[in-house]
Amino acid sequence: MAILIDKNSKIIVQGFTGKIGTFHAEEMMEYGTNVVGGVTPGKGGQTHLDKPVFNTVKEAVEVTGADSSILFVPPAFAADSAMEAADAGIKTLVAITDGIPAHDMIKVKRYMRRYKNEDRMTMVGPNCAGVISPGKCMLGIMPGHIYKEGNVGVIGRSGTLGYEAAQQMKDLDIGISTSVGIGGDPINGSAFRDHLEKFEKDEETKVILMIGEIGGPQEAEAAEFAKKNISKPVVAYIAGLTAPKGKRMGHAGAIVSAGGESAAEKVEILKNAGITIAKNPSVIGETVASVLEKA
Amino acid sequence: MNIHEYQAKEILSKFGVSVPKGGIAYSPENAKDRASELGGEMWVVKAQIHSGARGKAGGIIVCKSLQEVSDAANNLLGKKLITNQTGPEGKTVQRIYIEEGTDIKKEFYLGLVFDRSTESIMVVASSAGGMSVEEIAQEKPETLIKTKIEAAVGMQAFQAREIAFSLGLDAKAISRCAQAILGAYKAFSTSDATMVEINPLVLTGDDHILALDCKMSFDDNALYRNEALAELRDKTQEDPKETYAADRGLNYIALDGNIGNIINGAGLAMASMDMIQLAGGKPANFLDVGGGATPEKFVKAFKLISGDPNVKVILINIFAGINRCDWVAQGIVDALSSIKITQPLVIRLAGTNVDEGIKILKDSKIDYIEAFTLEDAANKAVKALESQ
Repeated sequence: MAILIDKNSKIIVQGFTGKIGTFHAEEMMEYGTNVVGGVTPGKGGQTHLDKPVFNTVKEAVEVTGADSSILFVPPAFAADSAMEAADAGIKTLVAITDGIPAHDMIKVKRYMRRYKNEDRMTMVGPNCAGVISPGKCMLGIMPGHIYKEGNVGVIGRSGTLGYEAAQQMKDLDIGISTSVGIGGDPINGSAFRDHLEKFEKDEETKVILMIGEIGGPQEAEAAEFAKKNISKPVVAYIAGLTAPKGKRMGHAGAIVSAGGESAAEKVEILKNAGITIAKNPSVIGETVASVLEKA
Repeated sequence: MNIHEYQAKEILSKFGVSVPKGGIAYSPENAKDRASELGGEMWVVKAQIHSGARGKAGGIIVCKSLQEVSDAANNLLGKKLITNQTGPEGKTVQRIYIEEGTDIKKEFYLGLVFDRSTESIMVVASSAGGMSVEEIAQEKPETLIKTKIEAAVGMQAFQAREIAFSLGLDAKAISRCAQAILGAYKAFSTSDATMVEINPLVLTGDDHILALDCKMSFDDNALYRNEALAELRDKTQEDPKETYAADRGLNYIALDGNIGNIINGAGLAMASMDMIQLAGGKPANFLDVGGGATPEKFVKAFKLISGDPNVKVILINIFAGINRCDWVAQGIVDALSSIKITQPLVIRLAGTNVDEGIKILKDSKIDYIEAFTLEDAANKAVKALESQ
């Protein structure tokens, strides 16, 4: 099972022929991901990494039957490419691009809502490491080998902190059903809440791990949602206890600008929703292990 | 990116929001000239720094003669103003704005922000102008009017009218106020702003609506398409170390501790800072070197961190993903061959090719303390500090 992507997912790469697109397409293929082609406007008809290149996403979907896409398009054009994917019938889009203007992301979110629920694309990112269903499919830029196949669903905002958690779990022989990096921007394609819902329905997933940070209302919204709708145990870690108010900590979205957005407040809110807190980033693996034992 | 009040007002007036007449000055003589050009019998001399709450810090002075204008300018220029938004180090006044006096009948608050929860633009207004929005929310929450704007269609005239009526204005001033609100919205939406705050927006004695003070912030990610705005950046208002880092592609925030950090990834950087605190230390900075840990990047990072007199220990924590530990280790070794650091160095590497990376560090001549986990790294950094 897993969520979003599995062995049968057919992947296209938007921004396929560029340096970054090429590098990560190769990494994904080496992992065993079924990359069926790519899109670079103006280069349609060519072959790249032994796969066909298309001018438009629509054409790529028609010819290859692709259902998922990964985006390496530069920030100024990324929102346009995301809307193109939504319109072409892509079901899961991972946007790796860092630096998309927030006004553009609002537009993308609005645009996606024109499709009926069952036809609507799930966008993961931007400014994220992507999605991996270990042993099945990798739609991202993470080091695939640190993820062990298993039954913990992971949702996180940060790339390298997600790797840290995956490594800690692997060292304890704990595997992952799917790991989703929702990204560090203020407006994400999808939030913790969206993926909690998907993990709840996923038979393979027994425990869900959320890795959050300062800034924004998403962790609090997820806590509220989990309290009412999630029966599976949830573990959370929030980074940034030492982050000063009003300073942007690297991620465009990691800034405390309103009440409830500091790490301490988020921890309190999550705790009150019955979520188990990993007290520090060194014990994320241990905390998941102890919750898994009881699950 | 933030801009000065006088720059924000120029933008507002382009979008049809009325502002008091004024002029910028860099010296007391300058200030006197501006005041006599403006005419009248009363002027306001306003320190231009990137901060609100300037009034309480003595940065806004009402003057009744040209001599008073000159004295006020003399007093403010070059002075460090410390407000509740600047931090204890304050910000230096290098320009002042001379404005005509305004006959104020009533003050309002008008703010436009990104609402991350509804993913739309939120207009917040209140009849309790002059107070900060936090104070209003605490002391007079009943006066807050919040209006969500659908970004796809933009703000509608009726929404601006509703806000104007809710502020309790007379019929005469309603359309003027609605025009100001719509203008502020247009300024926000067409310039990729993340915040526009007019506080106060005032009703004058002759029933006009004026923006008496204004703060604006813009999305750094969108500056590429707002070139005219990008030119308004005033580096003197930023932390010099943060500016130095940003100009070199490093994500850096200065903090007040003494353990310097070099980390890849924003989340991991925050997590490492948290571990340092738990171990009993205090981080001197946040620094994300990003994915490509080249020797050049490490040279820049080492220069920045080791040159900071507050830094007594340096902690490197790298989780190599696609990036490999052997490349990272080589980058550190190469960097340290061209730059000398005096502080003890704790290094923790993890991820792809970690064994090869550690071997490169051990075979090199660099003097460092090896750490294996996040916790271990933080503990060893604190220990290195305590043994000094």
